[in-house]
Amino acid sequence: MGESERIDWNQPTVEMRNIVKMFGSFKANDGINLKVHKGEIHAILGENGAGKSTLMNVLYGLLQPTSGQIFVNGKQVHIDSPNKAIELGIGMVHQHFMLVQPFTVTENIILGSEPMKSLNRVDMKAARAKVVEISERYGLNVNPAAKVEDISVGMQQRAEILKVLFRGAEILILDEPTSSLTPQEILELVEIMQNLTREGKSIILITHKLREIKEAADCCTIIRQGRYIDTVRVADVTEHDLASMMVGRNVEFHADKKEMPRGEVSLRVEELHAKDYRGVDAVRGLNLTVSRGEIVGIAGIDGNGQTELVEVLTGLRKATSGRITMNGQDAFNKTPRELFDMGISSIPADRQKHGLILDYPVEDNLVLQNIGNQPYSRRGTLQRKEIRKHASELVEKFDIRPRGCENEKAGALSGGNQQKVIIAREVTNDRDLLIAVNPTRGLDVGAIEYVHRYLVEQRNKGKAVLLVSFELDEIMSLSDRIDVIFEGKIVHSIEGGKADEKTLGLMMAGGGGAGGK
Amino acid sequence: MANKSADAQVLDSRSFVQKLMAGSFIYTLISILIGFAIGAVALLIADYNPLVAYGSLFSVIFSSTKTMSYCFVEYATPYILTGLSVAFSFKTGMFNIGAEGQYVMGAVAAMLVGVFVKLPGVLLVPLCILAAIAVGVVWGGLVGYLKVRFGSHEVLCMIMFNWIAYYFSNYIVNHPGVNVGGGKTWSLPIQDEAKITISQWFGKNVVSTNTHFGIFIAIACVLAMYYIINKTTFGFRLKAVGSNRSCAEYAGINANRCVILSLAISGALAALAGGLQVLGVTYKINQFATQESYGFNGITVALIGATNPIGVLLGGWFFGAMKYAGTRIKMLDGSRVPKEIIDIIMGCIVLAIATSNLLRMAVVRHEMKGGKV
Repeated sequence: MGESERIDWNQPTVEMRNIVKMFGSFKANDGINLKVHKGEIHAILGENGAGKSTLMNVLYGLLQPTSGQIFVNGKQVHIDSPNKAIELGIGMVHQHFMLVQPFTVTENIILGSEPMKSLNRVDMKAARAKVVEISERYGLNVNPAAKVEDISVGMQQRAEILKVLFRGAEILILDEPTSSLTPQEILELVEIMQNLTREGKSIILITHKLREIKEAADCCTIIRQGRYIDTVRVADVTEHDLASMMVGRNVEFHADKKEMPRGEVSLRVEELHAKDYRGVDAVRGLNLTVSRGEIVGIAGIDGNGQTELVEVLTGLRKATSGRITMNGQDAFNKTPRELFDMGISSIPADRQKHGLILDYPVEDNLVLQNIGNQPYSRRGTLQRKEIRKHASELVEKFDIRPRGCENEKAGALSGGNQQKVIIAREVTNDRDLLIAVNPTRGLDVGAIEYVHRYLVEQRNKGKAVLLVSFELDEIMSLSDRIDVIFEGKIVHSIEGGKADEKTLGLMMAGGGGAGGK
Repeated sequence: MANKSADAQVLDSRSFVQKLMAGSFIYTLISILIGFAIGAVALLIADYNPLVAYGSLFSVIFSSTKTMSYCFVEYATPYILTGLSVAFSFKTGMFNIGAEGQYVMGAVAAMLVGVFVKLPGVLLVPLCILAAIAVGVVWGGLVGYLKVRFGSHEVLCMIMFNWIAYYFSNYIVNHPGVNVGGGKTWSLPIQDEAKITISQWFGKNVVSTNTHFGIFIAIACVLAMYYIINKTTFGFRLKAVGSNRSCAEYAGINANRCVILSLAISGALAALAGGLQVLGVTYKINQFATQESYGFNGITVALIGATNPIGVLLGGWFFGAMKYAGTRIKMLDGSRVPKEIIDIIMGCIVLAIATSNLLRMAVVRHEMKGGKV
């Protein structure tokens, strides 16, 4: 990788010493140290809620540290606003992009620091030239004239990076940059990061994905529960070491799957057609079966009909034609309630939109579908005691934190624990088919391990599991069978153990000859 | 995942601020004080001594059982019910700005039955009330149906429905056979059997002229709504739809049904207010020169009551008292203070409550940002 040439170990660009940040009596950061050098990609690793974002918000001037010092290029600084941070050459690319959708890439990039010409007019020509220049220099490959609403997520992110570079950033903070990217886009991003550091920029990469750290970062600082754990040279450690340091215990990567004979077919989908929200065909003659005792993984690039397929299967979208049966019963274009009663439950992709009522307490979220049934209600009257008892059991069993959160609003929990609430509910519902859509998105290693364990447990109990995920690792390690979806059809079906990432990637892109359906 | 104690700490530090912020009661109280403070400034500008004026205001309210029955029974009853109507719709994620029209339709229905149906009082009164409720269910539910079936926006629909009700009422009032005749612009009076006034039960001048038992119905509605919203699966589902419709649907709750039912019930409550007002206070319906605003004031009451049924009851009483006493504020020399001052005070209270919600949201959001780490 030529790391030694890139990094100037004598020139620290950012140094944070003993940073403490308190929220009330809670220490979000408790004495954290960070040292980043010129030309270095420095990862910050920690679980959800470990204090990574707090630390970066301190560096970017969004939060003031309770104590501690910050040095930029060797000089002690006081960063009291993002403007100050930008002045010091610090730029931040947020996890959720801050782009004006109907504006062009160039307009977005210059927004707020437009090059001017006479009579207070924006010098678009100069702006575009500069954008093109930066874009080419770092291999960003951005179309400056395209409207943001028309370009891919990957290009939007590159536009965000450009925006930061345009403002003269020497130190770039990338907050969970890969969370919405496809595998291909992630590779491109890694390359861009290397281009940037080659030109002497420093990059701070916030992530909880170990693989990316191994691939891209030079050094890694690990934070756990707000405390500084260690800074390591990435080349010297394994992914497993990193995970253990992050979680504070040994982490098991591979779910324990026992041999299961494939049972009878539970879900059968034949020649399914459905349109997306714009009325364009999204699912085009899809065939799929999921049997008892197996996990079927659907691998595919976002936008190939997965979303619509799941919506049809859960009753949120009406299909245009085809046949669906669940345990032999007709399940075509039924309501969510009917499908649930037939035995389909699901862990939705968007946990805050479809999975939880954030304003409701955890205990109410745990009985969302069953509120009309005994013992949770009797003749239309809620039985609060039973609801609470049920919740207390699940909070304990599924390790939902903090303990005693039964009466807390679901929105007050961390993302991982929100997901645990949904999983607790759906696993307890114990339907014959569990559909899980990106069930570990945004979760850290500890929580991922946990989610995977429960999916496998359902399978081991002889239930059918349909896993739709953009994480190839997840698909490969859990699935008994992998169906590759491309342009609204299952184009390949392979045994879980036999897949490798490269072949899968090729198939997902519409290639790959053998084994076609 | 942070460990247990760290998580618990987050919740602790959060719940301290949240407790303070979630206590809408304290905000409402502050808002009421702000309203009176701004009212005082207005009084000063108009050259009235606010202390004297406010002193007079409170002494009017509590000076006798008669004034109190004016405030808390006669004036307050319709506001409690329209307030409940709006609050109920808020709970289910909608905004019943149509309470005005539902009120009018309820009044018309009760008046027509009260005028034309010949029955003894024991049957006639319930029939009038049921007629009002039924019309309210239809008038409110229809908007829900339009929303569900055609996706029309309920607020726009209801604003138009308000005007339809307004002109429909005027049409009925002036219709030969309903109109009292002689060039007058009001309807025939309802039969004595249909009246629900109970002031004759008390001695002379003990209660207001038109004290009626509608207040008990209103209080019963308060309790019923409290029960429905907090204790039943029906309320659970309605609130679920109101707070996250996508999730409710995903969980198999029939959201469309909930929308229609919610607006139908809201409509029933507002129409009930109109019906009771005719049976207990006005006995007839006048041709409108302008919208009477019983429904619109329900929005104010719902906000003051923080959409909580018990809060709405208190808010309705407060509003009724202000409305009544506002007409009787006197200075030391006996001169009247313009009753518009009450509108200024109420307006400022609503404004303060509305902005306090913004403030609260900002504080909570900030807190979340900080707390989320």
